[in-house]
Amino acid sequence: MSFWSDPIRVANEWLNGLLTDLLPQAWATLIGNVIGVVVVSSFGLILVIFLIWLERKVAARFQDRIGPNRAGPYGLLQTIADIVKLLTKEDSIPEKADKVTFNLAPIVSMIAVLLIWAVIPFAPGWIGTDLNVGVLYIAAVGSFGILSILMAGWASNNKYALLGAFRAVAQLISYEVPMLLTLLVPVLLARSMGMMHIVHDQSLWFIVLAPVAGVIFLVSSIAEVGRTPFDLIEAESEIVAGYHTEYTGMKFGLFFAAEFLHAFTVGVLFAILYLGGWRGPGAEQYPILGMVYLIAKSSIGYFIVMWVRSTLPRIRIDQMLDLNWKVLTPISLALLILTAILDKMFAETALRAPVLLGANVLVVVLSWAIIRVLSRRSRRERKVFKKRPEARAV
Amino acid sequence: MEQNWLFIGVFVAIAGVFPLLPIVIARVLAPRKPNHIKLETYECGMETVGDTWVQFKVEYYIYGLVFLIFDIETAFLYPWAVAYDVLPMFAVLEGVLFIMILVGGLFYAWRKGVLEWS
Amino acid sequence: MTGMQGVFLFAAGLILWAAFMMVTRQNLVHAAFYLILALFGVAILFVLLDAGFLAVIQVSVYIGAISIMMIFAVMLTRGDVIEEDPVNKNYGWALLLAALFAFGLIILVGQWPAIASLPGAFDTSRDLAAELGVALFSPEGFVIPSEVASVLLLAALVGSLVVARRQKGK
Repeated sequence: MSFWSDPIRVANEWLNGLLTDLLPQAWATLIGNVIGVVVVSSFGLILVIFLIWLERKVAARFQDRIGPNRAGPYGLLQTIADIVKLLTKEDSIPEKADKVTFNLAPIVSMIAVLLIWAVIPFAPGWIGTDLNVGVLYIAAVGSFGILSILMAGWASNNKYALLGAFRAVAQLISYEVPMLLTLLVPVLLARSMGMMHIVHDQSLWFIVLAPVAGVIFLVSSIAEVGRTPFDLIEAESEIVAGYHTEYTGMKFGLFFAAEFLHAFTVGVLFAILYLGGWRGPGAEQYPILGMVYLIAKSSIGYFIVMWVRSTLPRIRIDQMLDLNWKVLTPISLALLILTAILDKMFAETALRAPVLLGANVLVVVLSWAIIRVLSRRSRRERKVFKKRPEARAV
Repeated sequence: MEQNWLFIGVFVAIAGVFPLLPIVIARVLAPRKPNHIKLETYECGMETVGDTWVQFKVEYYIYGLVFLIFDIETAFLYPWAVAYDVLPMFAVLEGVLFIMILVGGLFYAWRKGVLEWS
Repeated sequence: MTGMQGVFLFAAGLILWAAFMMVTRQNLVHAAFYLILALFGVAILFVLLDAGFLAVIQVSVYIGAISIMMIFAVMLTRGDVIEEDPVNKNYGWALLLAALFAFGLIILVGQWPAIASLPGAFDTSRDLAAELGVALFSPEGFVIPSEVASVLLLAALVGSLVVARRQKGK
């Protein structure tokens, strides 16, 4: 195995050998872990610098602009300049704020996103740690994100911030239901919660077996990030900037960076759970290729997130809640039930993929019909006008 | 297993240090000239009226309750999904029944108009 | 002292400290944040017991849902979250009673023969979440209790909605 086909493993083995020579076993393990963590988490943080530039460029193209192009080649250093600016901005903490909670909130928000990267399988053998409860771990870590928003909104002691936090928490906990259910579908299909196991099991991508679940996962993840059209939690025309109204300087920067990293993480999770992760020709022999495949596949989900963001207007809070509880949750429950029954009946047969795909199509057609009927009925109810007195020439 | 969780533990610690760093650097670099007016609560230039922590709409709480029930439900369903290969068809149907009972709950909430935002 | 013991002592200390801070805070929202810290400590204990599944459930259900509900409830029910002195006047009696119970517990547990022995090494190749699934849903396992749990959840949902709706109508 040469260095260029699997640099991480080679580096890992070299480092392990070095550490066990120098130190007792326990310390060697600990320091090995620390180095692994620093590598994984700084990968995420360096990525976010690039992502902010990328997203600004893409958003600019959607709006027929050029985007950042002054700092460095193609404006690549724009984010660095922004970071320097944020670092030298005065950091004001409102007098009425609850100081400790106020300062803790942006840190918790960043931790919540970074922690997801601990279980991301980048390539065969390249994974922070392959927890056997990986998928649920991702859901659990997400609850720290909710917590950080509630902390920020409450501690700011600002009515708009608190309103924004309430909206945000209502949105995040609502959309966590279809997200948990559509995370369950890949777990059901792979019969494991381990992220590596789920990737290994996708000789046929799960998007083929459960396309509707994939779409629902992507939609509810966009809502979890709070991106347009679900950005009513920071609707500037109603509640200033939502839960981070009072934040300035680098603390605002942390919320901002956490959101961007989360948006890309959504793409990565979508790629891993539904698009086969690092799988691709030659990935087993040359893990570095797997990394390339993963990033390419993640870009699909990330691009959709950006596309949606530039296309759709913001929705109202009642529409947001209706979409979740009356459309996404029932559909994902129906999908889960159908997948569970049909997969058991056709588990080892060649019919498995066509039957599951057919069930998905059936669910889409049925729910579309039901929505049509329901919305027509509610429209009819709304259309009851009193007859106006007619104007007549006397 | 412990090895795996050791990594997570170290990750929590280091993921806490990383966002702390820019805040500390900003503390060194950034100017600090606080004054009373600057540190007032920002509500679009208006002076704030009354207490912030007032009572909020009960709707938020209702949605929270429904979420809580579904969160606990999925906690039961994840082991079911992992054990899927071992379970016989009967047990899979038990899981489906488990889901159906809660679908009934969702349907009840819907029909009672709890899910309407007013 | 092994690393495991160190982590255990840290987690236990964290839980006790957070619990103490929680009951002595005047601000109810602060109390809720300390409660979350204590619940997180419990998750660490689950990890130490090799119960990774329970640890993530602890975080996602207790921290992600129940604590959030508590903070919501505090904010919804009272405008002024600052209570007057939360310490009960009769805390002397309570302290005495708690000390008695603790003393009794220590004696009882001390008589248990297995107290000093370390648990045997766990077979880590087993997928505990899968075994839990089999236990919960297979006909030989606890399928009736888990279906009853589902009905219980339904009852909780219906009951809480009825109560909350009455308040909404007001």
